Amino acid sequence: MLDVKRIRKDFPIYQNNKDMAYLDNAATVLKPKIVLDKMNEYYTNFGVNIHRGVYKLSYLATQAYEKGRSKVASFINASFEEIVYFKNASEALNFVALTWGEANLQEGDEIITSELEHHSSVLPWQQLALRKKAVLRYLKLDESGRITVEALKEIINEKTKVVALTLVSNVFGYITPIEALIKEIRKYNCLVVVDAAQGIAHLPIDVKKMDCDFLAFSSHKALGPTGLGVLYGKKDILKGIKPLFYGGDMIDNVELYDSTYREMPYRFEVGTPAIAEVIGLGYALDYLKDIGLDNIKKHEQELTCYALEKMKDLKHIIIYNHNPDLGIIAFNLDGVHPHDVATFLDTDNVYVRAGHHCAQLIAKKLEIVASLRASFFIYNDKEDIDKLIRALKKAISFFYQGE
Amino acid sequence: MDNLRNLYQAVIMDHYHNPHNKGLKGYPKMHLKNPACGDDITIEAEVQDGVIKHINHQGNGCSICCASASMLCLLMEGKSVSFAKKEISKFYDLVQGKDGDYDSLGDANSLAGVAKFPARIRCATISWKALEMVLEGDVDEEKEI
Ligand SMILES: Cc1ncc(COP(=O)(O)O)c(C=O)c1O
Repeated sequence: MLDVKRIRKDFPIYQNNKDMAYLDNAATVLKPKIVLDKMNEYYTNFGVNIHRGVYKLSYLATQAYEKGRSKVASFINASFEEIVYFKNASEALNFVALTWGEANLQEGDEIITSELEHHSSVLPWQQLALRKKAVLRYLKLDESGRITVEALKEIINEKTKVVALTLVSNVFGYITPIEALIKEIRKYNCLVVVDAAQGIAHLPIDVKKMDCDFLAFSSHKALGPTGLGVLYGKKDILKGIKPLFYGGDMIDNVELYDSTYREMPYRFEVGTPAIAEVIGLGYALDYLKDIGLDNIKKHEQELTCYALEKMKDLKHIIIYNHNPDLGIIAFNLDGVHPHDVATFLDTDNVYVRAGHHCAQLIAKKLEIVASLRASFFIYNDKEDIDKLIRALKKAISFFYQGE
Repeated sequence: MDNLRNLYQAVIMDHYHNPHNKGLKGYPKMHLKNPACGDDITIEAEVQDGVIKHINHQGNGCSICCASASMLCLLMEGKSVSFAKKEISKFYDLVQGKDGDYDSLGDANSLAGVAKFPARIRCATISWKALEMVLEGDVDEEKEI
């Protein structure tokens, strides 16, 4: 287990919410002080625009900003020009469909995705398929709801042009066997887009080894600030893509009736970027690296085992994922609406998610309207889980009175 | 725990488990959905000579949302439109914790505890909003709330 007591000292939110059990980490994670401090330092000491001024402060800001990009690149083993910033993972994933997809997809082409996807991973392709009269195909999840190589083999074919899949399910905490899938996909000529939003802070990612074409994640799920998303794109593929947005910062030479634009990644980033956020994310990734992605994964797995062991003794509980790979447990109390349960937990400062978790397709497959989701991270300990269990017991004894 | 007991009073759970006027009969209706949480309620009402002759509900949601719809129907059936409008606006005050005399709301009075749970106010008001829209003539549509 990680030294949770020590880690919590790095997260100022715990000082203001002393007895909270924050178990909604799949939605967003809390921020360490170093990230807040570094963002503040930018605003306080050299908070000016980048890439423009030739004065000292602008130089400092530009350097800090670009250092952020280097850190992102090295975190996932990409190169500097392969990292493009957006507002969040959702926007980054849309960008791929709107640029590469718009330019390359034709009527009758096939796109493969899964019912496990977050809306942001599937909807850009669903809508593109409608516009292009392309065919959207869902690979068959196995009985526990996992994406498998066998299922991919069943539907991939010469017409497949895009495979868009999540690296980690935000509902079940399953890790997609992405490397094995991509080996299979490479037998065909198609693009692989990986939604790593739920994976970035939970397992080591090496885009070279993975051999994906695009990979997206959000800063806020990796200890960084909100309002910033990252898209990794393979150099050769990014080179072939035209900008989606035009204006300041992304241009090279502007003439009255046409213009040229800058090198990658800058040609894809229009206007003043999220400077403080980019700086903050760099330090967030440093923090993750210091703890170690493998250690994080192990910590989550231990907590998950502990939680599942305790939960399985509760009456009326339905667990939807008995063997998650990471710290996510999806469950319900039989016959009780998850919002009612969540309010009970809320009263004891146990914060979990209740809803469809932006993954309505899987909720529909399970034929449930909504569920509860507890998700764990580096600052959670067994005491948090005990709190969850105690609060659940209260809810159970209330909603099943007289039993 | 007190706040919780207040929120989930027996009368509320009773409406939840044994709802009044559940099931649509084909009167003018409004379907409201809260995409964030999945609450999904349809209210239908037939108004004749300024009186709500029939009112029914149908849908899915948490206990607060469903119980509230049941209480709404129980309260409004046979009442005048002007009474209904007055009570709807009183109900909005009630769930926001404003002081007032709410006896005329009947069982719906028991939803006052929602005020302590701001995240749940929308659960309680969704059916009331739907009726408000039906009475305004905003019908046969599906809307987000
Ligand atoms: C698997 C997955 N993909 C994509 C996203 C979208 O992230 P964002 O809302 O930051 O764009 C999320 C976040 O909920 C997610 O869990």
